[in-house]
Amino acid sequence: MDDLVNSFMTGPDDKGRFGLYGGRFVSETLMPLILELEEQYEHAKTDQSFWDEMDFLWKHYVGRPSPLYHAERLSEHLGGAKIYMKRDELNHTGAHKINNVLGQIILAKRMGKDRIIAETGAGQHGVATATVCAKFGLKCVVYMGAHDVERQQPNVFRMKLLGAEVVPVTSGRGTLKDAMNDALRDWVTNVRDTFYCIGTVAGPHPYPAMVRDFQSIIGKEVREQMHEAEGRLPDTVIAAIGGGSNAMGLFHPFLDDPDVRIIGVEAGGKGVDDKMEHCASLTGGRPGVLHGNRTYLLQDDDGQILEGFSISAGLDYPGIGPEHAWLKDVGRAEYVSITDKEALEAFQLSCALEGIIPALEPSHALAHVMKIAPELPKDHVICMNMCGRGDKDIYAVAKHLGFDMG
Amino acid sequence: MTRIDTKFESLRSQGRKAFVAYIMAGDPDLETSLQVMKGLPSAGVDVIELGVPFTDPMADGPTIQLAGQRALEGGQTLEKTLQMVRRFREEDVDTPIVLMGYYNPIYNRGVETFLKDATEAGIDGLIVVDLPPEEDDELCIPAHKAGLNFIRLATPTTDDKRLPKVLENTSGFVYYVSITGITGSAAAQSTDVAPEVTRIKSQTDLPVIVGFGIRTPDAAAEIAGVADGCVVGSAIVSEIAAGKPVAQVLDFVKGLAEGAHRV
Repeated sequence: MDDLVNSFMTGPDDKGRFGLYGGRFVSETLMPLILELEEQYEHAKTDQSFWDEMDFLWKHYVGRPSPLYHAERLSEHLGGAKIYMKRDELNHTGAHKINNVLGQIILAKRMGKDRIIAETGAGQHGVATATVCAKFGLKCVVYMGAHDVERQQPNVFRMKLLGAEVVPVTSGRGTLKDAMNDALRDWVTNVRDTFYCIGTVAGPHPYPAMVRDFQSIIGKEVREQMHEAEGRLPDTVIAAIGGGSNAMGLFHPFLDDPDVRIIGVEAGGKGVDDKMEHCASLTGGRPGVLHGNRTYLLQDDDGQILEGFSISAGLDYPGIGPEHAWLKDVGRAEYVSITDKEALEAFQLSCALEGIIPALEPSHALAHVMKIAPELPKDHVICMNMCGRGDKDIYAVAKHLGFDMG
Repeated sequence: MTRIDTKFESLRSQGRKAFVAYIMAGDPDLETSLQVMKGLPSAGVDVIELGVPFTDPMADGPTIQLAGQRALEGGQTLEKTLQMVRRFREEDVDTPIVLMGYYNPIYNRGVETFLKDATEAGIDGLIVVDLPPEEDDELCIPAHKAGLNFIRLATPTTDDKRLPKVLENTSGFVYYVSITGITGSAAAQSTDVAPEVTRIKSQTDLPVIVGFGIRTPDAAAEIAGVADGCVVGSAIVSEIAAGKPVAQVLDFVKGLAEGAHRV
């Protein structure tokens, strides 16, 4: 599309806004740091040597491009649309998270920062950050909710093996949002040497745009690969959403292709109703301000933030990236929710029919594919983002299926 | 002229430093915190900073975090905090009150509604931690139009290039955060603070009040000595957290106020 006036790809504006959403809602201590980061990122973005280093490591360290795989048996089983999986679970460290971490750490090095902090929920972003820090010899501190530390022991041990310090967060209720609060508190204290590597398309500007740019490699590859496989664009792209980084990475290169239907799948937990036992910020929340940006949030009548609930620790966040909030309001993308039960069914179907053990996060996207594919014609091409592998989730799944792992 | 402006004018004419005390509204419950609040002026407090509890206080250390949690568990809301101020004003029409907190509860209520309610309740100024000058259109400008002061934080990372922007729409006083860090952290040295206060004062006529890390009467005296006054928060909140009777909490505050007024 040449018509930039009607483009969905020009955001954010110079205030870091996507329409009403985004912005820079941080304390004064952090403001100069965020402005410096923005300046350095704007510079790196147009510097070919920055992207040369990224491309080299994406190829040789991460293993990109990840395959675009035609899930033949699954397509047949559902009896409708032709289903492709973007295999980002095959990346080094087993998820899409490393696409972004690599970009931020290379930027941190250019800025002369030698101490990296990160927040993590399920541990995937923490592991990716610890991995890249080990590779570059940087000090790494990961904030993780005390409750998550307990239920994600394998990832905690991975991070420790990789040389990271894992700090169990007991403030608030000891969850992902509290881990993000403590990471921000660390940053505000250690302003000179520390770089905050945020794991999703949220936080103050420029994080939502920067993380999206790094994750957009997913959608860019899909465009090329789909052209090779089908000679055209996909009809529908689908991805799971916690904070929304794998989805934004898949969606962004397609925003200005009006024929491509875009669907984001939120974690519906036990169901999106007034009991609020879910993490569906877009379908069950309303606009508010948290962690540096305005976006849809799960909150009570007094504006206090509620805890999310989901079988998937990686979707367990009461907010969502501001660009998704905007895409919902302008109607360019649709947002739906999938319950824990539906995600578990999809998880098992992927194992049984395709020999792929998916993470619980993309299992949500797959569950929505299972809902819509049977009604669609055989020449309708769907691409879903298989953004992570399920090794980390087998304990949780075993528990839900009543299988005793001892 | 707000009560804050009047108070600082009067302090200036007496050559006195300001002592600002912070408590969390509703900690440990509404009635107790209202009793503490009512006793602050006679304990020597010049300006009251009333904390509005929020689930995600990202600039606060453990002491204030826990105070907010106690208040929320006790059922405190922004509405109840406004009620507290109304009840305080039934007996005290002079002591300036500054609400301090985070933007979401205010945004959630609606900025226009909040400003109307806050003004009517007798609030004089706002400190909203997560609204830097870059977001002035949100609340700062509307608050000024409603006749409230919007007090901004300046920090050690606010360099000379940025300082004018921070001061531009600040009113009432400037709150200098003496360290990079969260509330309740280690104290700053007056020898580090003094040149920073001088730097800020060279660009504004507003009083400069210093906070973060002040826990004792001597520290209050030392920091107030190099500024126009000081703020104590976490140390007072710790007394409340320890379950001390209101009279004892107020005695502690009195000691701090005497420290700040000593110079």
